[in-house]
Amino acid sequence: MELQIFMQNLLNALQWGSFYALIALGYSLVYGVLLLINFAHGDIFMVGAYLGFFIATFLLGQYAFGLPFALDPTFIFIITLLFTMILTAGLGVTIERVAYRPLRRKGASRLYVVITALMCGLILENGNLALLGASRRSFPELLPKTVYDVGGLALSNTKLLVIVTTIVVFVLLETIVRKTKLGMAMRAISYDRMAVPLMGIPIDTVIVFTFVLGSSMAALAGVLFATTYPVLEPYMGALVGWKAFIAAVLGGIGEIRGAFVGGFLLGFVEIFVAAFFPSTLRDLIAFSILLVFLSIKPTGIFGIARATKI
Amino acid sequence: MRRFTSAASYSLFCILLIAAAHGDWINAYIQIVIMFIGINIILSSSLNLINGYMGEFSVGHAGFMAVGAYITSVLNVWLFTSSQVFGPALLSPSSAILLFPVTLLAGGVGAALAGLLVAVPSFRTRGDYLAIITLAVNYIVKSSIENMQVIGGARGFMGMRGVVNSMQDVVNLPWTLVWVCTCVGATIWILYRFVNSTYGKGIIAIRDDEIAAEIMSVDTRRMKMTAFMLSSGLAGIAGGLFAHVLGYINPGTFTIMKSTEVLVMVYLGGMGSLSGSVISAIGLTLILELFRPLQVAKWVIVPLLLILLMLFRPEGILGNRELTDVFPRLRRWFSLQERQP
Repeated sequence: MELQIFMQNLLNALQWGSFYALIALGYSLVYGVLLLINFAHGDIFMVGAYLGFFIATFLLGQYAFGLPFALDPTFIFIITLLFTMILTAGLGVTIERVAYRPLRRKGASRLYVVITALMCGLILENGNLALLGASRRSFPELLPKTVYDVGGLALSNTKLLVIVTTIVVFVLLETIVRKTKLGMAMRAISYDRMAVPLMGIPIDTVIVFTFVLGSSMAALAGVLFATTYPVLEPYMGALVGWKAFIAAVLGGIGEIRGAFVGGFLLGFVEIFVAAFFPSTLRDLIAFSILLVFLSIKPTGIFGIARATKI
Repeated sequence: MRRFTSAASYSLFCILLIAAAHGDWINAYIQIVIMFIGINIILSSSLNLINGYMGEFSVGHAGFMAVGAYITSVLNVWLFTSSQVFGPALLSPSSAILLFPVTLLAGGVGAALAGLLVAVPSFRTRGDYLAIITLAVNYIVKSSIENMQVIGGARGFMGMRGVVNSMQDVVNLPWTLVWVCTCVGATIWILYRFVNSTYGKGIIAIRDDEIAAEIMSVDTRRMKMTAFMLSSGLAGIAGGLFAHVLGYINPGTFTIMKSTEVLVMVYLGGMGSLSGSVISAIGLTLILELFRPLQVAKWVIVPLLLILLMLFRPEGILGNRELTDVFPRLRRWFSLQERQP
């Protein structure tokens, strides 16, 4: 394969992997704190994209009631991003309060909470389908598309935006988790859940903060995804969500570095399999690689095998 | 005497059911619902062996179901009917009535072999990582079937109706219902005997503490392999029945959605409760059918009901108890074996 095609695929893989990484992060954050696989996360991503769509079209004045003045599209994009992140974080926290916390209080088995999460995802998906109908919506183009030509490579500004945002988010989250007090509390909870409340750490606040972080990252991914592939449908979160979960596990679930590396790795595998083989084989080969990888290294890339006490 | 009451009453129930279906006292729709209930009972109780009794988290049960469904259907269509894909029938169509259980079992064996894909990694992996492996196996199975153009690929596979018809030509009975009833009975019997046997208690020991179980001379690898193969084999048989009830299968049926449905049945009934699985399979199938007129809203209301149920009973309907533990009087009538006090 020529170098140029290779580099172009590499760019595509970076972009595709960015989405996986951003969503996988939400899985990993929540898992790290609660040991809960939040299966509703893929659908939170979908809700994020939809909220972004409604906020953007409202600000663009596509409804009967709108703003009296017109705004610059780039400015609208930034406002959309911010409001979507806030609203989606609210959704994540609501789900936590309504569905997960009562179960946690009752001391239900972890797997029942997982099933509840699956049910929440179904409600979000099908609630959307029931409310808004099955018609697809197209996300308005807020950022005028410019394509830079870098040494024969086509590099659009959205692609650049996605990749750069993901890297910034990664650095930001690593800092939060490693350097701040809340981050320390998060790590402490995942280390020993029994001892942490005894040390006077408000465990519920930390959990809510985790959900805020994870859901707003999903919202970010949702808006960016909708800007890149401007077609919205209620089931868009399901497959991407499952795959992001796989990415999180591949990297070692509960680790932020793992979510990023796993996300990019899955992106690379998928894009390059599609580049070499017929695209119908993409899932088959990608998942076979995953199966072999997990059989060899069962705890993912960064995961640490926990010693079992007898 | 009471050793036989449960078997006898189940057979009586089945005979009545088949007679009712044969005499057209219940219409075709209700018959199909009953058959789906039976298939769901097989699926949920077999998954309960892994997720409930062994304490693993398998999310790819539909994959094994797909393997069984395709093997059984392809064998049956190839052997007993003349189709465009496989040419004329190899054996006379009337022999289908005798060989149907054999092909059903072949589907089960094929699915059990696919279960090895999960069983072998499970020696080293537990918990959420194993969940991913089962998820990956589900996707791999679905994707491989989609890429096999000989058996229809993503378009699906049909022709099983002809097999059922040729069985009915020989002896006029609702054969799919007969086999669903037989397989449900056999599944429950096998699973009940298995988890209550000394050998099968090793599975519960693995759930409680794997290392301790190994020290107490439970061959954990062998137990895991047995459990996964038994569970996926039964799922394969359920798949074979499913294919013949519907008469048409396509890979899109056996997605993670289907697996989720079975998972919900297991956890709704209670982990490690065989009767709980049966009750929740019946209940959930009926509720889904009752809410069918609501169309899309069905998939909002049913999950909502399930969440509410989880909030009030976080351990499922029966927890990890059996029906005979909740109503001890039942034990007077139904007890396959004496329990030690």
